[in-house]
Amino acid sequence: MSASETALSAVDLVKTYRTGRGTPPVRALDGLSVEVAPGTVFALLGPNGAGKSTTVKILTTLSRPDAGSATVAGIDVLAEPDAVRRSIGLVGQKSSGDPMATGRENLVLAARIQGMSRVVAERRAGELLARFRLGDAADRLVKTWSGGMARKLDVALGIVHRPAVLFLDEPTTGLDPEARAEMWQEISSLAADERVTVLLTTHYLDEADRMADRLAIVDAGRVVVEGTPDHLKRQLRGDTVAVQLDLDAVGAGHAILSRVRGLSDLVAEGGTVRARAEAGGGAVPAVLAALEDGGITALAVTLARPSLDDVYLRHVGRSFEVAA
Amino acid sequence: MTAVATRERPGPAGGSLVRHSGFLTARATRALLRQPAFAAITLVQPVIWLLLFGELFAPVVEIPGFSAEHGSYLEFITPGVAVMTALFSSGWAGTGYIEDMERGVMDRLLASPVRRGAMMIGTLAYQGLTTVIQTLVVFGIALLAGARFPGGPTGVAVTVLATILISVIVASLSNALALVLRQQEALIGISQFIILPLQFLSSAIMDTELSPQWVQDVARYNPVDWAVVASREALEAATDWGAVWPRLGMLAVLATVMAALATRAFGSYQRSM
Repeated sequence: MSASETALSAVDLVKTYRTGRGTPPVRALDGLSVEVAPGTVFALLGPNGAGKSTTVKILTTLSRPDAGSATVAGIDVLAEPDAVRRSIGLVGQKSSGDPMATGRENLVLAARIQGMSRVVAERRAGELLARFRLGDAADRLVKTWSGGMARKLDVALGIVHRPAVLFLDEPTTGLDPEARAEMWQEISSLAADERVTVLLTTHYLDEADRMADRLAIVDAGRVVVEGTPDHLKRQLRGDTVAVQLDLDAVGAGHAILSRVRGLSDLVAEGGTVRARAEAGGGAVPAVLAALEDGGITALAVTLARPSLDDVYLRHVGRSFEVAA
Repeated sequence: MTAVATRERPGPAGGSLVRHSGFLTARATRALLRQPAFAAITLVQPVIWLLLFGELFAPVVEIPGFSAEHGSYLEFITPGVAVMTALFSSGWAGTGYIEDMERGVMDRLLASPVRRGAMMIGTLAYQGLTTVIQTLVVFGIALLAGARFPGGPTGVAVTVLATILISVIVASLSNALALVLRQQEALIGISQFIILPLQFLSSAIMDTELSPQWVQDVARYNPVDWAVVASREALEAATDWGAVWPRLGMLAVLATVMAALATRAFGSYQRSM
């Protein structure tokens, strides 16, 4: 993609934070690069501290990188921050509605700040309140709203001015499952209805899997691997075998399984040894036989189609639950 | 690349500094009106100070050397209490920023086309507005309690102006501290630490002629004292305008400088994230 064909592009972003006297600075971003095509939903997936939020802060002009460059909607983030601010919407990790104003007042203020007249701003506010089904609560103070409703207001505030690019920093963290499912639906239809490009950060694998057209796994301030969720999963040949063992047998079990033909990418974590099995289901008898020969009893053996968790494990070298 | 290029972009200015400042002032004022208890305290506090200090220290006018031409002690401290009220209310100004930071309001505004100057002016104008009302309440109560001010409406107008300027100076300081410290407790601690001496090293409630020489020396450089002296002088029968204008001028310059410096503190906040 050339610069004009991307909604968003970041090249080799580096950002370090001083943490105090005597402690070494933290390298939050270590050469992160990413490109997002217009009209798509792109997810940055990674555990807390991977550098996702720092990336969002730089792309939304809140923070400046130590090195690297970025454009959003074709505009240089460092050279023209004001122009970028008119083209983006930000839904940060924290709820961003003014609690002492009503939902409608919040939206009207946000719209007027973006240059809309009172009449246009009020019409747009009404439109968004209806769209997110917040009409009943529209004229109540936001401090009385539920977490899920407040989160929907955040998204509405983010798109009030029909931005080219919408940033959603962990949009569903802290929501209950029902509110989360609802939010997923809203975000999916957003990209379609409002023609907006969405950059989403998340530490939920299922969220990235479900929402993203493409995703990048971020670890230690870099993009480790990038692609569509399906493509990433298909790259992993075969299935995942997880063998549960007694804790004191894990070491020996790992050694035995590493000699079984057709198994690769072995990782032991806790009482579980995971491996890729090229032969799929055919690997299970071989695994059981090898363990029996070695005098080890498997507590359980499971076989699964590759998931994003496996993609993460493969590229980062540890499973996602451990990292998160 | 169609979606991005063909999308209409909002106009380059996206609204002027004045418009944005107005929106944010209205937001703060609306929030105040929705907290009637807080609004009431904001108004009642100066009344209590006026009557309490008025009674407590009334006999000080008997001390030989106290500028007797000021008439009653109530008349003496009325401008003092007006300035003090502005001082204390504005010291809390920064807490609004910290609440905005704790929620995501601050980040959302900073990533929007709102100018930092408008974010600063919005809160300062709100503080100024509160100060005007508080000052007028102080005068109302003083008049009800029997105080008389020969300077008349002009004197009151000068007092209002002086209290607005003090309010802007202190609110700028409080906002700047909020942006640098980003923590409610630290902000309140430090602003109290600065505000109390500013008040007591002035002639707000005591004629500094009776204080030790060093207090008089310090008071000469204390903007709180400039505001009190200018207001008190303007409320006199025979106002010495040569004592009023230079002090108002210095307050205006300081207010502008402080507001500009405080606006720069947004940079410090953004570097921290």
